[in-house]
Amino acid sequence: MMKERILAAYDPFVLPFVFGMTFVLCYCFFALVKVLVQLSAADRRKFFLSLITPTTIVKNLKDIFCDCLLHVKLWKRNKVLGYMHSSIAFGWFMIIIIGHIETILYIPERLHKLYYPIFFRYFMEVQNETLQGSFFFFLMDFFLLIILSGITLAIIKRFRSRIVGMRRTTKLTLTDRIGLYSLWAIFPLRWIAEGFTAGVAGGSFMTIPINWLLHNFMSKPENITVAWWAYSVALGTFMTVLPFTRYMHIPAEILLIPMRNAGLPVRHSRKGFSLAMLYACPSCGVCIDACPMGVQKKNVKDATVYMVRNLKRRNARRSLEIAEKCLMCGKCAALCQVQMDACGLRLAYRTALENKENKIPADYGYLETVEGPRISDEKVLYYGGCMSSLTPVVSRSVQQVLRHAGVDFTLMDKDGSICCGRPLMLAGRQEDANKLIARNRQIIEDSGARILLVSCAICYRIFKQHYDLIGVEVMHYTEYFDRLIREGKLKVKDSHRSYVYHDPCDLGRGCGIYDAPRSALQAVGQLLPAAKEREESICCGGSVGSLTLRYEDREPITRAAIDNLMAAGPEQIVTACPLCLKTFSRYAPVPVVDFAQVLAENLDNPS
Amino acid sequence: MIDFGYGLTPSATLRIEQVSNPAFEELHQREPDVVKCIACGSCAASCAAGCFTEMNLRKVILSLQRGREKETLPMLRHCMLCGKCQLVCPRGINTRHLILSIGKVYGLEETGL
Repeated sequence: MMKERILAAYDPFVLPFVFGMTFVLCYCFFALVKVLVQLSAADRRKFFLSLITPTTIVKNLKDIFCDCLLHVKLWKRNKVLGYMHSSIAFGWFMIIIIGHIETILYIPERLHKLYYPIFFRYFMEVQNETLQGSFFFFLMDFFLLIILSGITLAIIKRFRSRIVGMRRTTKLTLTDRIGLYSLWAIFPLRWIAEGFTAGVAGGSFMTIPINWLLHNFMSKPENITVAWWAYSVALGTFMTVLPFTRYMHIPAEILLIPMRNAGLPVRHSRKGFSLAMLYACPSCGVCIDACPMGVQKKNVKDATVYMVRNLKRRNARRSLEIAEKCLMCGKCAALCQVQMDACGLRLAYRTALENKENKIPADYGYLETVEGPRISDEKVLYYGGCMSSLTPVVSRSVQQVLRHAGVDFTLMDKDGSICCGRPLMLAGRQEDANKLIARNRQIIEDSGARILLVSCAICYRIFKQHYDLIGVEVMHYTEYFDRLIREGKLKVKDSHRSYVYHDPCDLGRGCGIYDAPRSALQAVGQLLPAAKEREESICCGGSVGSLTLRYEDREPITRAAIDNLMAAGPEQIVTACPLCLKTFSRYAPVPVVDFAQVLAENLDNPS
Repeated sequence: MIDFGYGLTPSATLRIEQVSNPAFEELHQREPDVVKCIACGSCAASCAAGCFTEMNLRKVILSLQRGREKETLPMLRHCMLCGKCQLVCPRGINTRHLILSIGKVYGLEETGL
């Protein structure tokens, strides 16, 4: 049985904690209000509706539990880091929960005191041991042990990040450091504080041994208050600096997950949904190693984590620099633990800038004079796009393969094409892009085609995600040819060559197409793996996403990407984007060929 | 210096390095590549908008260098920023950023167009 040891149920040492906790709760409340107010009315409505939709509620709870507490995504990527984060997050959560359960069970009338469940061991003592009581003591010590093991890993990581598999970590700010050191201090101090009370009020396998070990120190009653003060001050410091440090991600992620599940779009670089995203960045630095520009040391500070930091600080000069330099390959976003829409934030920044500063408004009146083809009996409309017209081998090979498979097709852009609009969009000229989209959509829908075949990953992404074509299926040629091979309509022979396949950013991370090109290539030759592939593939460096990256600075990126592809020593590099083809061809040690070219060269009984 | 007698009279000399062209200076600061242009015309030959209009980046750059932006700025309104010119440029000029920068330095209204 338990009874109250301190009858006043209060001691001045709780004050630092109470202050910190009250402050952080108030700050989070006002931040929440700010985020909600900044949302557009339609977005807010959409968000609130999603909060009462049963399926979304289940998904929200599941995501919050798996991402915030267990860090499932991090576990899949790196077991040591996964353990480190989940041990601290889940362990701390359990200690708080168990503290509350104990208060509810033994002394429910004290539950209204904010600090009581946290400092339960100080205020209560064991009279006679029960199984239930010992069980809680054991659980508390067990989770304390888990947390302490996590903290130990965190300290090791801070000094030798390579041990946990990270090459570079984020450079911390001063407040981040205060937060970090107070976080490290909390649990060892708790251990010592509870070690004191273990002598008078009971403990378990962690707290009783420390009481024995440090008996001389712990048997002095005047030290007991010092220890509990230290514990409370560490907690209070952590809570007070939390809103100004990366630890703001802890409360912010709980808001971000439902907002993301509601499907809100990024409309501004630092307002509303984006603000929640900025708060939710834990500054873990995964994006630093992910960024292909990181091959040059001068670009390390252009990673997403620093973009977030500069946006938060309203540093316009640096935000602009980072926003314009990015290749928009999306790798940092694909690996991000909080699924930060890194490209979306940058795009919002670019769009706001163009809307404000561009003084030469576009005039696309001439688009109306561009005629599209009319097809009646044919079903496939082939759009090569701007880049394919600079790499004629791509469109020639595509046509050769189509003819071999007996597919009826027509070229959409025989006499020059209207751009798909994605380069304009990436430059921040969203409204101009919409004009191109509208005209292209009209041409495509008027043609009567059922399938729009595209041989450029950049075009494919925008056709798929922004065109809303009615009655027309948009297919990338890798998907289409893979389907033709599987249906037996396209017959290819073994080339006895080995290939490595490069995932173009817009096709892979952008549209999730990884398997179709691989399965088609396996029908032609031996497919070797790259060191990093699929969602971790490295941008070729030629991306139209970057506005300011200079020609000379793109070369090291391309070379790094080629080294990555050459890991298993393939005879040829295959890509499915004309831009990657052109970029790689400059520096690759082996021939770089297009996906369609590989098929066209290995057609069975070429017609 | 030996005077061979072929020199221009001072009144007939155009000292282009002494001409003040602050807008071009600002453009040069924003995009240093602009002075790299050798006016080969690859950009104009490959231009997607050039297929349908008189858009010609080579001409634009030349006219800006000469301070005669009025002649060519309206062409830029047709640009679709597709980036083909950037791929073909033998000097590796960042043409897309150049065009975006021109839009921020020169304005149609300020130029009186």
